[in-house]
Amino acid sequence: MNHLLSIEDLDRAAIERICDRAAAFEEIGERDIKKVPALRGRTVLNLFYEASTRTRSSFELAAKRLSADVVNFVASGSSVDKGESLKDTVLTLSAHRPDAIVIRCPWAGGPALLPQWTDAAIVNAGDGKHEHPTQALLDVYTLRRRLGSLDGAKVWIIGDILHSRVARSGIQAFRKMGAEVTLAGPPTLLPREAESLGVEVRTTLDDLREADVVYALRMQHERMEQAFVPSLREYAAVYQVNARRLGPRQLLMHPGPVNRGVELSGDVVDSPQSLILEQVAAGVVVRMAVLYEVLAASRSEDPITEPQPA
Amino acid sequence: MTTASSAGLVRAPAPAASLLIRSARVLDPRGGPDGTFDVLVRDGVIAELGAPSSLPLVDGVELIEAEGRLLAPAFTDPHIHLRTPGQEYKEDLETGTRSAAAGGYCQVIGMPNTDPVVDSAPILRSLYETAARDARIPVGFVGSITVGLQGRELTEMEALRDAGALGFSDDGRPVAHAGILRRALQYQQLTGAVLALHEEDFDLSARGSMHEGAVSARLGIAGIPSISESAIIARDILIAGHEGGAIHLQHLSSAESVLAVERGKADGVRVTCEASPHHLCLTDEAVVGFDTSMKMNPPLRTERDRQALIEGLRSGVIDCVATDHAPHARDEKEKPFEQAPMGTTGLETAFAAIHTELVLPGILALDLLLERMTSGCAIFGLPIPRIAVGETANLALIDLDAEWLVGENGYESRSANCCFAGRRLRGRVVLTLADGAVAFRERGFTLSAAPDPAGDVA
Repeated sequence: MNHLLSIEDLDRAAIERICDRAAAFEEIGERDIKKVPALRGRTVLNLFYEASTRTRSSFELAAKRLSADVVNFVASGSSVDKGESLKDTVLTLSAHRPDAIVIRCPWAGGPALLPQWTDAAIVNAGDGKHEHPTQALLDVYTLRRRLGSLDGAKVWIIGDILHSRVARSGIQAFRKMGAEVTLAGPPTLLPREAESLGVEVRTTLDDLREADVVYALRMQHERMEQAFVPSLREYAAVYQVNARRLGPRQLLMHPGPVNRGVELSGDVVDSPQSLILEQVAAGVVVRMAVLYEVLAASRSEDPITEPQPA
Repeated sequence: MTTASSAGLVRAPAPAASLLIRSARVLDPRGGPDGTFDVLVRDGVIAELGAPSSLPLVDGVELIEAEGRLLAPAFTDPHIHLRTPGQEYKEDLETGTRSAAAGGYCQVIGMPNTDPVVDSAPILRSLYETAARDARIPVGFVGSITVGLQGRELTEMEALRDAGALGFSDDGRPVAHAGILRRALQYQQLTGAVLALHEEDFDLSARGSMHEGAVSARLGIAGIPSISESAIIARDILIAGHEGGAIHLQHLSSAESVLAVERGKADGVRVTCEASPHHLCLTDEAVVGFDTSMKMNPPLRTERDRQALIEGLRSGVIDCVATDHAPHARDEKEKPFEQAPMGTTGLETAFAAIHTELVLPGILALDLLLERMTSGCAIFGLPIPRIAVGETANLALIDLDAEWLVGENGYESRSANCCFAGRRLRGRVVLTLADGAVAFRERGFTLSAAPDPAGDVA
């Protein structure tokens, strides 16, 4: 695998391979010196067009644990509008010869453009409302650890599906791993023809008890200004996952950051059913596995050997 | 007005052609000749039609061997963007009309959403002056309906009409306020010029970048629902009917829009409409790879919509094919999909694309396609090119069997944002006569009189 651009590009075997490798990396995090030389001498460039402390630091930590050098390039929204194009930015940064570029941008399909401009391996860290493949991989990884297998598991994804790249990647990853996916949310925040994604669609949480896994999405405040929902209060009344709605055997997930009191009540966030912190921890090992996959695994048979001379 | 042509259109001076087009398959879809003929053009006028190989070659007349090739009335396009004035880096009158000639066109109408907007007589006059210097084929322009395309005040339509405006359009934007559209239609009683409408409810399209449906759900790109077009079309047909005014609806894209026009026509409303080659040949599935050449407004829609457009073209609900030729510079399109501007070029591929996708599979008859590709400018009061003795030569000679890879040899247009790029199409224009002059000749298209260039290769 040369790039990780979308879950759509992956098959079940590739997802399992990445999760297996992530599991093997768990042990590194337990050590006093949390570092292995697998990517020593490689340069990973984080190119972030959107504010993201969590995903960026997770990638940074992942790269550093594999001994790669990390450069962060954060482009603020306004300078992007006025300044140079994505192409020129990538060409400029490529002059520094990065081995991998981790890119987050507000444009669907943006990362897929990069391979024509740079030799670096490209990892999509979220592109607009399209995909967030490493989030889906860490979600699968977290669930596999807890359930053993996703085969036949019923996963409900709840909230603002329309604007969610987490949902779009998650739907595909969960389905590829054998789970049945149901989407639930306000009709205004469900994509038209959502059923075509191979999911069931609900507009209430009445049947939430069917779910083995309850995956709540972050509800963004600006959706009210755009009149997608009348108010957060009304949203919470209908769609909040709380102790009343969440059964004792159901697992709870959320991509973070959580709006307590909106999509989740505080008590469920802190409950033993919540996998939210496990998801964060899984983020590092899964991103280590992804960086390893695109930088080492595909480029030489034996990851321990030195890179081939160019 | 600097008029070098008929009917208010303008082109640069060019020598009148004298050609003997021998043994062509001649087809004029409006009851004209249909068979194999020699066609003699003398001093830019169709002088004689004769049986194949019957007309003698005389001095000063060039021989064109056309056996097996189609000779049809050249095409007309009522909706293109020549980007002049202000955006000549995308296209200018020379490259744009050269592109049109290469596609077999003899008449085109440029839209006024330029910089500055063509919203006053002096701007329009200067544009016609430029055309008289640069245009390869006769070109006409429409003025804007509202000042600066702002949708608030009407332009001085009478003054624009005097300066040569063929009609009026705020293309690129809807006339959002129903009251303004109504005033423009009332004022039409004075100017008599048709209003060409870009039908889109911006509130419903909500800054989307592609058709709203299964594909947009999958790609996570904000969608433009079909109702953003069909709802305002329904509104405007009612307003036009109420005022008795004439409207021409640009670039129909959805099945519901076709239905609305069909009803309007049945009710006697003076409404005409057009469809583009890309909406007739492609669907939103083409957006899956985030190819920005597939980003246009209105967006490519579903197979169901495409079928409705084809049926509308067949039945006559859709009056004509118009390309909405919309050139953009490479760096403007070399962007993430949502950032890229909307539009595709279309003049050079229009006939070949529809011929390949609809005529060859037997979906659309060739003569019907020729009819729909020549009827567009008539909506704006321009003559329809005919093949008959005494008519000015407006002719397209087409090799229907020639297969070509779009973009392989570049484009005549200054821009390369063609949605058909990389496709193999069948049907290639080899010679275009516009207003009696040779406007385009395919590179490598040799005359039978000339020595065979491949003959001496050892």
